[in-house]
Amino acid sequence: MSGAVSGGPLLSVRDARVGFGTVRGLLRAVDGVSFDLQAGRTLGIVGESGSGKSVLVRSLIGLVGTGSGAIVGGEVRLDGQDLRGLSAASFRHLLGRDIGIVFQDPMTSLNPVMKIGRQIGEGLRLNRGLDSAAAARRAVELLVEVGIPEPERRASQYPHELSGGMRQRVAIAIAIACEPKLLIADEPTTALDVTVQRQILDLLQREQRERGMAMILITHDLGVAAGRADDIMVMYAGRAVEMATTREIFRGPRMPYTEALLRSLPRLTDPTHTRLSAIPGRPPDLARRGTGCSFAPRCTYRSGRCEAEEPVLSREGGRGFACFNPLGTSGGAGA
Amino acid sequence: MSASAAEPAIVARRGRPLSWALALPLAWVALVVFLAITADWIGLPDPAAQELILRRKPPSAEFLLGTDNLGRDMLSRIIYGGRTSLIVGICAPFFGFLIGGAIGMSAGYFRGKVDLLAVGFIDILLAFPTLVLALTFVAYLGQSLFNVTLALGILSIPAAARVSRANTLAWANRDFVLAARTIGASNWRILTREILPNVLPAMFAFWLVAVSVIIVAEGALSFLGLGIPAPQPSWGGMIADGREALDVAPHTALIPAAVMFLTVLSLNFLGDMVRNLVDPRRSAL
Amino acid sequence: MSDLLRMTDLNVEYPVGGGRHVHAVSDVTLAVRKGETLGLVGESGSGKSSLARALLQLPPPKAGSVLFDGNELTQMRGEALRAVRPRLQMIFQDPIASLNPRRRVAEIVAEPLVVSGVRDPAERTRRVRAVMEAVGLDPDVVWTRRPHEFSGGQCQRIAIARALVLEPKLIVCDEPVSALDVSIRAQILNLLEDMKARFGLTLLFIAHDLAVVKSVSDRVAVMYLGRLCEVADSASLFATPAHPYTAALMAAIPVPDPDIPLGDTKLRPGDPPSPLDPPSGCRFRTRCPHAEARCAAEVPPLREIAAGREVACHFPLIG
Ligand SMILES: Nc1ncnc2c1ncn2[C@@H]1O[C@H](COP(=O)(O)OP(=O)(O)OP(=O)(O)O)[C@@H](O)[C@H]1O
Ligand SMILES: Nc1ncnc2c1ncn2[C@@H]1O[C@H](COP(=O)(O)OP(=O)(O)OP(=O)(O)O)[C@@H](O)[C@H]1O
Ligand code: SF4
Ligand SMILES: [Mg+2]
Ligand SMILES: [Mg+2]
Repeated sequence: MSGAVSGGPLLSVRDARVGFGTVRGLLRAVDGVSFDLQAGRTLGIVGESGSGKSVLVRSLIGLVGTGSGAIVGGEVRLDGQDLRGLSAASFRHLLGRDIGIVFQDPMTSLNPVMKIGRQIGEGLRLNRGLDSAAAARRAVELLVEVGIPEPERRASQYPHELSGGMRQRVAIAIAIACEPKLLIADEPTTALDVTVQRQILDLLQREQRERGMAMILITHDLGVAAGRADDIMVMYAGRAVEMATTREIFRGPRMPYTEALLRSLPRLTDPTHTRLSAIPGRPPDLARRGTGCSFAPRCTYRSGRCEAEEPVLSREGGRGFACFNPLGTSGGAGA
Repeated sequence: MSASAAEPAIVARRGRPLSWALALPLAWVALVVFLAITADWIGLPDPAAQELILRRKPPSAEFLLGTDNLGRDMLSRIIYGGRTSLIVGICAPFFGFLIGGAIGMSAGYFRGKVDLLAVGFIDILLAFPTLVLALTFVAYLGQSLFNVTLALGILSIPAAARVSRANTLAWANRDFVLAARTIGASNWRILTREILPNVLPAMFAFWLVAVSVIIVAEGALSFLGLGIPAPQPSWGGMIADGREALDVAPHTALIPAAVMFLTVLSLNFLGDMVRNLVDPRRSAL
Repeated sequence: MSDLLRMTDLNVEYPVGGGRHVHAVSDVTLAVRKGETLGLVGESGSGKSSLARALLQLPPPKAGSVLFDGNELTQMRGEALRAVRPRLQMIFQDPIASLNPRRRVAEIVAEPLVVSGVRDPAERTRRVRAVMEAVGLDPDVVWTRRPHEFSGGQCQRIAIARALVLEPKLIVCDEPVSALDVSIRAQILNLLEDMKARFGLTLLFIAHDLAVVKSVSDRVAVMYLGRLCEVADSASLFATPAHPYTAALMAAIPVPDPDIPLGDTKLRPGDPPSPLDPPSGCRFRTRCPHAEARCAAEVPPLREIAAGREVACHFPLIG
């Protein structure tokens, strides 16, 4: 992430853009996002609903096609290979082999009429050339690995016969079956209970470490990001507004939105009835964006410049933030 | 981080223009309704006036749509027939929807025994062969505009009940219905104020389709000689009359058939459109 | 403090065909004291919403009693029950679904007044405007609009206004902020706290997020698979959880601070059991690190282990 290029980043994204034509005009869901991700690291993408997290990562892997009326721009490289302009067929190949994906709702990503063992083995047959018997054996091994009891029996069941937590484990098994270099997890635990969420996140983290995969973990829960990510990118209204290591984000946010978000969280360490510092207003309408910083209307540190000009994600000592009055500077908002 | 890269060329889709698929059916239905209402004042010849010398004339400057077997003016008969067909077509499903809608909404809202009873009743009605039932009914009560309308209205009860029941089931589980009950609203108030406004759009869309079905059904009754009694013209009756002379004067059957076809098609189109248009959540985007 | 609401041995079951039942709420005894906020936490499917609806008799519970403000609600029907309802209101999880999409905001907020027989339109308008202003809505802006024109946070404000307009004594809040964004959540939580102070409300606050519950609740009740595990005042519950499930829940919460190491839930591996066929004895025993033979044999009753602390466990962690 932090510009220190040794062997180059695994994933490099430059100026990613996604627009949707809607009846109210062009909706800029993702508006010029750039980042690098090194092998073996976990990038947490946080931001509220509609900030463009899902659209961003889906556009990287060709899942927001021009077919849906979306306009996709920018440059994406995985291991040096340019992913833009890849045919749909090559993407399919890439998705099973080099990139694994885990979605929020495993029920929609699993095939309801195919046995679990077969779904896990499918990628191995297609991408690794395993025969059915070998793929089935490997599927059972993967079920053991993701912590599913009685793997042989489970392999011959259908998704609806499993609990939500188990389905997500199966989705993870499918995602890691072909040893991808990059694992993308889009809110993998939002639909699950805290205790189950904990187990799934532990599993994801263990797999990521053991296999040296890079991981993109999308979440709107700052607690999840704090515990699991090495670096964090904060998104607001389709833009990356702050990027830094996890500790830097939580210890000393520079962008006022990040700070406001952290301060608005209720904390277990505070006594009951502690007043929360709420962020006034709400996020802008992406189809009607004016000039200037999109957080300006809600920002307590805004100046005249914030409404006139759009701050770009500046780089300072390896971290980035898009703000004219960053926190912790003498000229700016101060602490 | 360079934000300088060229913006992708973007063609934003503006608001959809009123499409032909909506405009043409709307114009046709509006024309039919307008003529049916104003028929008495636009200087049409008497639709019942017979002129046997002038029978089965093809369309000409004098008789725009020609004349029928008895030498009556086709244009006038089409327009007055449209009036009859529309009265039957509009009133019959309206009656059916009033009763069927009430049955369906009660079934969907109260569930349990009410639902069982209602569904049983609907299934019994559906088990009768539709047309036979209408025929029996008209034959028994006598042929009149009112009886034909009533018979066809009863036939539309099951469909109306089903549509309203399915919609009510979907809406009755919403939290706003629960919210209405927490403030102590009566069932009647919940049904009329909370659920009905949400069920109506779907009912309206379906009603448009039902109008077209009933117009065809009235035609079928006429064909079997149990439609609106002569000399009052109706499209179905005209097609039935024209059938005798199909070889010598095909226009006497084909013109009313074409008018009926266009009207039914237009109503179906509109029904589908309305269903999509009136949904507040969809029009929000 | 006296109890405003007291439920005793409440049971809620849903038939699921084949003669089987979901045991959504089993033998819950719990009181809400006048003027307090009682938090109710538990995982998805633990029966929180079922309990809330049973309190409001929507539908009435299968068994048990609900004593509210001197009225035994389970014995009341029709008109009598309707007369009590204005004092007992509810706020829902999905703010958009809880508002009728076809009605205007002013109508929605005025509806409780109409139903409870406030005939004078001027009086209704005055009260609707006042309550809108209280919850931070501009009456002139929102008056004739419909719910879909508002964001989730604004819709929740409208729903709160509707619940407040009759000046109830108790509001049951069923996950009122779960569907809202992080940046909006604090606004609504603050609003609820303000309204509670201003109108002298008592709240039953349901949530699955422990940090949210702690920030608003004086006391907290923890539910697992339809049964209560633990009831205690908020400070001691979070300082020293007594039930193994409460402890696991607290260890599992992701804390928004990278320097706090992840806690150990000590849970046995495996998924939560199905409410169709709950485990015998203690329902938590299949995942509990302290479970012994007795846990399978006997249902642990909710008993007081210290002043104001009730726990349903044979081997509580304290006391
Ligand atoms: N197919 C589409 N057509 C039009 N707009 C879309 C489409 N898909 C997404 N959007 C819009 O793009 C924006 C970003 O959506 P996205 O799903 O990326 O948000 P997100 O950050 O993932 O939010 P969440 O936390 O709710 O998942 C939203 O405003 C959304 O309405
Ligand atoms: N109408 C119903 N019919 C059948 N089962 C139901 C019904 N409503 C709830 N249940 C079941 O009862 C149990 C308790 O559900 P309830 O909605 O009360 O849980 P909850 O604690 O509110 O969960 P959540 O956090 O997901 O809202 C669940 O197992 C649920 O599946
Ligand atoms: S009763 Fe037994 S199983 Fe239940 S929580 Fe206590 S120790 Fe665990
Ligand atoms: Mg998303
Ligand atoms: Mg619930």
